[in-house]
Amino acid sequence: MSGEKEIRTKIKSIQSTQKITKAMEMVAASKMRKAQDRMAGTRPYARKIRNVIGHLAMAHPEYKHPFLVEREAKRVGFIVISTDRGLCGGLNINLFKKAVTAMKEWQEQGVEIDLCVIGSKASNFFRRHGNIVSEITHLGDTPHIAELIGTIKVMLDSYEEGRIDRLYLVANEFINTMSQKPYVQQLIPVEASEEEELKHHWDYLYEPDSKEVLDGLLMRFIESQVYQGVVENVACEMAARMVAMKSATDNAGTIINELQLVYNKARQAAITQEISEIVAGAAAVG
Amino acid sequence: MAMTIHVDIVSAEEEIYSGPANEVFAPAVMGEVGILPRHSPLITHLKPGEVVVRQEGKEDQYFFVSGGILEVQPHVVTVLADTAIRAADIDEAEAKAAKERAEEAMRNSQSDQEYAKANAELLEAIAQLRMLEHIRKKVAR
Repeated sequence: MSGEKEIRTKIKSIQSTQKITKAMEMVAASKMRKAQDRMAGTRPYARKIRNVIGHLAMAHPEYKHPFLVEREAKRVGFIVISTDRGLCGGLNINLFKKAVTAMKEWQEQGVEIDLCVIGSKASNFFRRHGNIVSEITHLGDTPHIAELIGTIKVMLDSYEEGRIDRLYLVANEFINTMSQKPYVQQLIPVEASEEEELKHHWDYLYEPDSKEVLDGLLMRFIESQVYQGVVENVACEMAARMVAMKSATDNAGTIINELQLVYNKARQAAITQEISEIVAGAAAVG
Repeated sequence: MAMTIHVDIVSAEEEIYSGPANEVFAPAVMGEVGILPRHSPLITHLKPGEVVVRQEGKEDQYFFVSGGILEVQPHVVTVLADTAIRAADIDEAEAKAAKERAEEAMRNSQSDQEYAKANAELLEAIAQLRMLEHIRKKVAR
């Protein structure tokens, strides 16, 4: 029998794969909702602190914090945020492409690159392509800012000691369930805000003094931007996985339908053959 | 109508308050500050305590912050709180327990780091309790 049984086992195995992808889709969907809520919660803080920092870069403090001073770039740092697990479509690959393009631009100018990777996918990818100075993986679905601080501090320290002259963040932005966009953001030196009314010469009053306030504020700023990136990345991961698993489930359905047709044809052919054999046998006897 | 200033209070987890006010009080490290509209630009650290938003014709609103940063622009006040809770949400029993825990930890602490951590927790718990008393007095009046 031309593979009737084989086709049947094949259909079975695809069906069980389909069940798995279906389940993964639903898990991702429910996790996405939670991740999205968390992301919406942390966004205002990240946005507000970016505003404040933008204002600050326009001010003229007597104390020049190193994070506010532009230096000639001899070596730049990148913080890349990826997922820990795969099966989430092109999310990580698109992000890495963006990161690699940005790094190429620097490398063509003879600038070297230090990397800080978050998530095991980035860690695996850049192990072959770059110089990783710090990494953290397996943050889980509910990352905490405390877990990130050490990793980020490595980069901040190397900036303060002059080993790197720029720091960029490469992460995914959650636009909606269907689309996530990788972006590159300059963290240090801090970029000034565009507001017109602040263009004149002015400065803050600092309490207790500008050094202490700026140190604390800038540290918090970097941490909150990276944390926001991580939280957003979880939402992106879940959304991308949900979409990828949905299309996998749909594809499995199509393949099953096609195989079912082939199977039916094979079965019909077998029956027809059997009948014609019997008829031929009967004719020979008669 | 009196002049107002826009106030945003955000914590790392969520947006807590956003709206106009006639006057804002905040626990800056150098002492409590009161901010009126057109205050000159100011930036300062906050210590654990309460942020009060006063609005004409409305009751004062209290928010607990356990530290953070205050930025003042002439028409905008931004409180970047480490954690901010609406005063009504503070559980007194929880606050007392936290205070005891912190005191206990301070007695038993070995390293400087542990001591500093316990001390911070204690300050926070005390600030929460003080704020609750404050509110209670207001209600009794």
